[in-house]
Amino acid sequence: MLVLTERFGRVFGREVPGLLGLLALTVVGFGLTTPHFLSAANFDSIAFQLPDLGLLTLAMLAPIMSGGINLAVISTANLSGLTLAWILNMNGGPQAGVFAFVVGVVASMAVGGASGAAMGATIAYFGAHPILASLAMMIFLRGLGEFLTHGGDISGFPDFLREIGHGSILGFPVPMLVFIAAAILWHVLLAKTRHGFSVAMIGSNPQASEYSGIPVKRSLTLVYALSGVMCALAGIIMLTRFNSVRMGHGEALLLVTVLACFLGGVDPFGGFGRVAPVFVSLLILQTLSSGLNLLGASQHLSTAVWGLFLIAVMVVRSATPTLRSLFESVMR
Amino acid sequence: MRDYLRTHEGEARIFVVLALLTAFLGFASPSFFSAGNFASLMNNSAVNVIWAVGLLVVLITGGIDISFAVAASVVQYLTALALLALGGGNWILGLLFAGAFGIAIGCINAALIAGFRIISIVVTIATFNALFGLLMFATSGKSIYDLPDWWTDRVAVVPLGAGGALALPVAAMVAAMAATWFLISRTTTGRQLYAFGDNPEGARRAGVATVKMQFIAYGWMGLMAGVGGLMQVNLAQEVVPNALIGRELDVLAAVVLGGARLGGGRGSVFGCFLGVMLVAVVQNGLNLLGVSPYAFKLVIGLTILAAISFSNVDLAALLAGGSRRRGHAGSH
Repeated sequence: MLVLTERFGRVFGREVPGLLGLLALTVVGFGLTTPHFLSAANFDSIAFQLPDLGLLTLAMLAPIMSGGINLAVISTANLSGLTLAWILNMNGGPQAGVFAFVVGVVASMAVGGASGAAMGATIAYFGAHPILASLAMMIFLRGLGEFLTHGGDISGFPDFLREIGHGSILGFPVPMLVFIAAAILWHVLLAKTRHGFSVAMIGSNPQASEYSGIPVKRSLTLVYALSGVMCALAGIIMLTRFNSVRMGHGEALLLVTVLACFLGGVDPFGGFGRVAPVFVSLLILQTLSSGLNLLGASQHLSTAVWGLFLIAVMVVRSATPTLRSLFESVMR
Repeated sequence: MRDYLRTHEGEARIFVVLALLTAFLGFASPSFFSAGNFASLMNNSAVNVIWAVGLLVVLITGGIDISFAVAASVVQYLTALALLALGGGNWILGLLFAGAFGIAIGCINAALIAGFRIISIVVTIATFNALFGLLMFATSGKSIYDLPDWWTDRVAVVPLGAGGALALPVAAMVAAMAATWFLISRTTTGRQLYAFGDNPEGARRAGVATVKMQFIAYGWMGLMAGVGGLMQVNLAQEVVPNALIGRELDVLAAVVLGGARLGGGRGSVFGCFLGVMLVAVVQNGLNLLGVSPYAFKLVIGLTILAAISFSNVDLAALLAGGSRRRGHAGSH
């Protein structure tokens, strides 16, 4: 048991048990106070809503790990979504076939990856600050999308896309399955591969990484490129869920993705972070939101509660390192 | 000249870019140098400059504030409610209320950052969400149009002939710039702010009261957020709770463009002004040249990207014939 918890902590991060406790607390709290909270319909709606925010948060996570940030996640996702939408429309809109969809997905990911790579290269090779570079990229991509669409939305997609956005396999919503697969992939990428190791080292100390032979510039460019591909995946899922694409869609989620990363214990200065605790944080945020929604509160109150929740968690984390070590010694 | 370039590189670079741009627009569009265009350019940039100098003080201390635009909205709403409750009020009362509410919000940020040693970006993203959510929830997104006359009346401070006039927000901008310049360049507190931003631990050991520094920086940011919010109402003639959200990232980009360093210890009031004006002049120029408004953001994003790349090419070393490496990726 002792060895098992130790191993679990090493693989998934030490924040996970605490966050799982908070998640359980949230579920039990809402379950006792809110009728219909513990219903299949509610969990279904959580599972359908989570993937948008979840995939975007994964896209945010990797750059933060590298000591940077990607403020262009939403605009990259939108522009990638537009790419897919255009390719579908060029191939007959509602009549478009599966092949057009596959081509569209590949093109969309290429657009996301290229946007990310351009941003990463600006950061890595020009030494631009990630906040500024990604901010400029965000403004540029949003501008490009608005220029091309004139601010309107694109819709009219084939029916089989509904199966992706709203369908289920063995009772699991498809978007959620995509998100879980992406999260596992991201976990492996960041925790198990050479690239993930480089990212964490660069996040801790770029200079030392450079001196120890890590290809810092190439790795940084790759981080942002992969983040862009993940944005594209988010954009594709958003397209299938809303059956339309518009520039600026989901913009309110931008800082929520950062919030979710911090809640999941990712170091704001980079170097440290795990996918699993961020995953649990996302579950907490979505549970809070849907519980409040069932109580009749608006999305705005959820936003406020998310903010206050992050403050509370950070206060607890920073004010009680002693409490944590006490807790750990009791666990042992 | 070489000395000035070494100490004010960011400002010098952006000044050159702005001068070239201004000269080009002067040739390309006859109305660019008209009094009316100058007045509207200044009037519309005033609020951003006020926020920019507030944010500058925070950046100098090594922090960051994402919440100020939302804070300004909260201040606008609270001030409007307080003044309406008092039966109208006047400019003095308005300034007092806006300043006090702004400082109060800044102090909340400072208390969380200094009291619990949480990173400023985490705190202000949390307060951003909390404040915005609470504001939208409490007001149900309703705007206030029924404002006292003194608040919404245009006040021509410097008449510029038939072409228009510099309005009150410009006067407030000049006052904010002068006050901020005095604070950071002419007082002991200002030197301490720079020292604290450059090396917090070193400053602490040298006897700088670090907690006080945080309160001064975020309090000043709050004051500027409040004053800027007050002036924004004078321009827009209405209080719309979600009108200012998103402006924080534009202002942040402008301040960093103007030579302030994310990570602390560097930045000037003049640089802030130049940074805001660069973006404003680009937008104004596109307008005058008859470019489609849909292309504005595209060009602004490209301008910022070009400016970042340009500002990381070593100009002083080129002039001096030496070689000096500036900046590195992922630094905070």
